Amino acid sequence: MRALFLALLLLAAPLAGAEPVAPPDTPLADGTAEARAVALMHELRCLTCQNQSIADSNAPQAQAMRTEVRQRIAAGESPAAVRALFVERYGDWVSFVPPARAETMLLWAAPLLLLLAGGLLLARRIRR
Amino acid sequence: MKRLLWVLPLILFAGLIALFAGNLGRPPQAVVVSRMIGKPVPDFALAGTGGRPGLSSADLRTGQPQLVNIFASWCLPCAVEAPQLEAMARRGAAIHGIAVRDQPADVAAFLARHGNPFQRIGADGGGLAMLGFGASGVPETYVIDGNGIIRHQHLGEIRAEHVPDLLARLEAAR
Repeated sequence: MRALFLALLLLAAPLAGAEPVAPPDTPLADGTAEARAVALMHELRCLTCQNQSIADSNAPQAQAMRTEVRQRIAAGESPAAVRALFVERYGDWVSFVPPARAETMLLWAAPLLLLLAGGLLLARRIRR
Repeated sequence: MKRLLWVLPLILFAGLIALFAGNLGRPPQAVVVSRMIGKPVPDFALAGTGGRPGLSSADLRTGQPQLVNIFASWCLPCAVEAPQLEAMARRGAAIHGIAVRDQPADVAAFLARHGNPFQRIGADGGGLAMLGFGASGVPETYVIDGNGIIRHQHLGEIRAEHVPDLLARLEAAR
């Protein structure tokens, strides 16, 4: 039984060619730049894990994205420019903050519209 | 009218349930397609690995269309597509590799086992160069035209049935 288990384990070994674990991040020495970089990391979506921000993900690709964010912020690029760069490569999907454009107007106006509808309903009820 | 107001939330709820039920069977991971198609390869310069010279964006502006294959020794589908890369290289395709988050010894062992169809291999240790292509994983293969413009992205492993299409796209990029 044990021999069988070992044999199975050996068979599985070449398949388990797992991605190497990335070394921990090195934060930027400049505290305000690091804070700006981290704030942006919370608003960029991890590509391999999805629906997790790159700040929260321990996927190696998320770390690569964090490294690039830090490098660009350290080089003096604005967080908006870095976000735009990732959107250029991967589309709006990569950013958790939807852009304000004609086709996203309904999305941005939705809270206001819902509040208005709620207010109207409430007003009618009170008047009665 | 009053009755409709009562039924409306129920209808909305039923619609929501139908939406959720309809999406149950779908794969949870959306495919992230690169938006870099039609745009020039961003500047990068990588040192060589696997016994091949390094790869830079300048190497992709030679006037000839080329394939860039993003791979890694730790990536199983990369081993699956190796025979197809070999076949394309034999048929005259210029193929370069970008080895992502890899060690030189591991790359060498991978190429010794699965073949080395690459003219150049850039070592992308940090995995930053692949981000420039709009790549979301390994393996991915890009058709680059002679002016260094990205013309096509192939997501995932290249299977035998993909080879004619990729060779045609390479020819079309001439």
